[in-house]
Amino acid sequence: MTAFLTLIIVLFIAVAIWQMVKIFDLAQVGSSNSPVATDKDNTINAYLMMGFLVFIYAITIISFWYLGDLPLMSNSASEHGPDIDNLMIISMIVIFIVQTITQFLLHYFAFKYKGEKGKQALFYADNNTLEAIWTFVPVIVLAGLIIYGLFTWTAIMNVDESEDPLIVELYAQQFSWKARYGGADNTLGLANVRLIDIDRANILGLDEADPNAQDDVITTELHLPVGVPVLFKMRSQDVLHSAYMPHFRAQMNCVPGMITQFGFTPTVTTKDMRQNPDIQEKVANINALRLENKEQVEARGQELMYEFDYLLLCNKICGKSHYNMQMKIIVETQEEYDAWMKEQKLFKDSLTK
Amino acid sequence: MSAHADTHAHDDDHGHHHKETFVTKYIFSQDHKMIAKQYLITGTIMGVIGVLMSIMFRMQIAWPEEPNVLFEALLGKWAPGGVMDADIYLALVTIHGTIMVFFVLTAGLSGTFSNLLIPLQIGARDMASGFLNMVSYWLFFLSSVIMIISLFVEAGPAAAGWTIYPPLSALPMASGGSGMGMTLWLVSMAIFIASSLLGSLNYVVTVINLRTKGMSMTRLPLTIWAFFVTAIIGIVSFPVLLSAALLLIMDRSFGTSFFLSDIFIQGEVLHYQGGSPVLFEHLFWFLGHPEVYIVILPAMGLVSEIMATSSRKPIFGYRAMIMSILAIAFLSTIVWGHHMFISGMNPFLGSVFTFTTLLIAIPSAVKAFNWITTIWKGNIQMNPAMLFSIGFVSTFITGGLTGIILGDSALDINVHDTYFVIAHFHLVMGISALYGMFAGIYHWFPKMFGRMLNKNLGYIHFWVTAICAYGVFFPMHFIGMAGLPRRYYTNSNFPLFDDLANANVVITIFAIIGGAFQLVYLWNFFYSIFFGKRTVQNPWRSTTLEWTTPVEHIHGNWEGDIPHVYRWSYDYSKPGHDVDFVPQNVPLKDGEEELQH
Repeated sequence: MTAFLTLIIVLFIAVAIWQMVKIFDLAQVGSSNSPVATDKDNTINAYLMMGFLVFIYAITIISFWYLGDLPLMSNSASEHGPDIDNLMIISMIVIFIVQTITQFLLHYFAFKYKGEKGKQALFYADNNTLEAIWTFVPVIVLAGLIIYGLFTWTAIMNVDESEDPLIVELYAQQFSWKARYGGADNTLGLANVRLIDIDRANILGLDEADPNAQDDVITTELHLPVGVPVLFKMRSQDVLHSAYMPHFRAQMNCVPGMITQFGFTPTVTTKDMRQNPDIQEKVANINALRLENKEQVEARGQELMYEFDYLLLCNKICGKSHYNMQMKIIVETQEEYDAWMKEQKLFKDSLTK
Repeated sequence: MSAHADTHAHDDDHGHHHKETFVTKYIFSQDHKMIAKQYLITGTIMGVIGVLMSIMFRMQIAWPEEPNVLFEALLGKWAPGGVMDADIYLALVTIHGTIMVFFVLTAGLSGTFSNLLIPLQIGARDMASGFLNMVSYWLFFLSSVIMIISLFVEAGPAAAGWTIYPPLSALPMASGGSGMGMTLWLVSMAIFIASSLLGSLNYVVTVINLRTKGMSMTRLPLTIWAFFVTAIIGIVSFPVLLSAALLLIMDRSFGTSFFLSDIFIQGEVLHYQGGSPVLFEHLFWFLGHPEVYIVILPAMGLVSEIMATSSRKPIFGYRAMIMSILAIAFLSTIVWGHHMFISGMNPFLGSVFTFTTLLIAIPSAVKAFNWITTIWKGNIQMNPAMLFSIGFVSTFITGGLTGIILGDSALDINVHDTYFVIAHFHLVMGISALYGMFAGIYHWFPKMFGRMLNKNLGYIHFWVTAICAYGVFFPMHFIGMAGLPRRYYTNSNFPLFDDLANANVVITIFAIIGGAFQLVYLWNFFYSIFFGKRTVQNPWRSTTLEWTTPVEHIHGNWEGDIPHVYRWSYDYSKPGHDVDFVPQNVPLKDGEEELQH
């Protein structure tokens, strides 16, 4: 069946090509069959240039219409999120203004100044004023973007440890994530992959002799209390991974042999985010699609209906199952978080003798 | 006696009395024009393979669970029952990137046109060293063969992404492709780099030493400036990739720890201690970023030349064009860190790289505006080469603008390694460079083969490709901004991305149509080599020296003496002349002023 379909498509394409050659050939009637563009070619292609300009604008509008519900430019769930989103929107506006104008000039000039026999082009080799304008205008615009960008970047990356953030380790391995909390002392115990002892269930290689490690808590779900600054310490045991938390505008690579870090403050609980009208609309849309493809979804062994959750994704190619390396993130109130934490096993109790 | 010796030397220059065998003429040729054709045809074959791979993985992304006869036919054991294996998906992505960036857009583009045009446009009988030039091509050929062989090894080809970050690329237990497949990848690339360095040295030496009388640096066509500067960037940065590859080979095969440390995999701790993958990232991107300029600068040169010729106007701001090439070349070597904002390097370093990266937008903007002004009030001849040149400027602008988002470290946090990046670099250096290459082929085909390409097929080729290129890559920006990571074998494990599935299908359909229409070009290309319309000496009425050589290739390029040069290469529609172009070898008229540029 697929082979037949492929054959039909190839056939159609062949016919289409043949037809188009004929159209172009017919357009040649009258002029000699020159291998160089004639006035007629110039005219046809000049109009096509204008058509193409319309196409570029159209695909921009269509993309916004169907895909423009950009979760990464709205509804951020972290304190620094709106800063990034603002910068993104400003950059986008600059881009779309420049894009619209320059594409218009390019295609319109190609249309307007199409070649004609006997026409004389303007001998115009240089104009320092013009060139100065389009050197310095970008300089000024970029200077603004650079300064805004660097302030934002510095604010995000310089974690203020005096705020006493919650310390959480994100631990990556092919192909799953673990989170480790510092326990009551909020201090992570020393760890190294050389200390991993699978038989004793010391899966993250914690130093069993380190007093700080005793009350550490290792989990497969990431719970965060809302409004509390978190400082993530990233580790990887095998290859490069990247901890990508798109809803929080956060990402950092996990590098074997070193500890990397990223900090942010979650501002919206999972529960509240599910009530957000934009998110509800998105979820409803997704669920409608899932109902349409019910058989496929069930064949995958997934639950049919999707419910919104924050996610941590792996975003650095890490091997065969890279496409399925994820961890659920739950943002909740301090009380809910404390209750959840109480249920977790401490490291010292989780070891098998 | 001495007179006799003189004539002999003169004859030798032209090489008429050389009896060439089939082998010395077509295979182990030292003639730059033949070597250019060899590069082009090898690059074309690699390009077909690279594009076919991309169509396969696009089909996988669009229809992840459906059996596909194409997979079954082409992938064999890697697609049991026609369902693609996750490892081979990553391998396809990896080899597609490697082939397109290095084998097609570096060797195929730069190798073809630097070889063809440098001697012809500067007025030289051949490259400085014909022998090194031949060695350069054959090393490239050898590296291509090894890369192809690597596709057939038992455990699969390299599958760590074209950036081959260790430890994934270093440990066979981390990925099947990191065994024999990666070894062959590294060997192939090491040979490729040797080839590229020999070629680049040759280009630089030729441009500096062999320009004909009167061809000062400020009379050079912009093509030559672009090839010249590209070669210098290559010489500066490729050795760094070679060292990275050699150190990685040491880590893989001899137990050193340059890039590896503290690794626990498949139940055992490995002995590596003290190395860092971040070091590899620095070394890789020290080439990897200039590499995109190695790809795009020659395309810019070709496009500048074609735009001026086709608009029947001088290129606007010749001097600014040269300055911007130099500025881009310089800046390109100090921006590599923008690929590593979130690699774990010091955030302050990120600030520095943001600054240098956004600076590159300035010379790029100057170039774009100068091209637009070049066609303003022109007499534009819409040959296929010109269409591809206009297309180049269009995609270069569209793709380049999003660079100000990715180059901004704060924004990169959230779109890093998503489809936004794929959209950006495919438009700005993939599609653009490919357009530059096509423009060059349509324009210089008569010079290469003595025949013309069919222009109507060229028009169809351009318009369908142009629509499909936007159709494929424009929506990808939005998919990326929705947070979809690249290099995912399927997105079906994330219901969050379910609403992007239809867009992915549309993108794949555009990719299939766009890919299929390259067959029109391939047909046109191979058919016209043998049966195309014979060309006249100067079909595009161009000013540069290559069009003063005879249509039939001769060893040594010019029958008699090498022409002298009296003017720059852009005297199109110059007032005071009867024709709308004045070739560079035409002396200035009485009282005519050469433009001070």
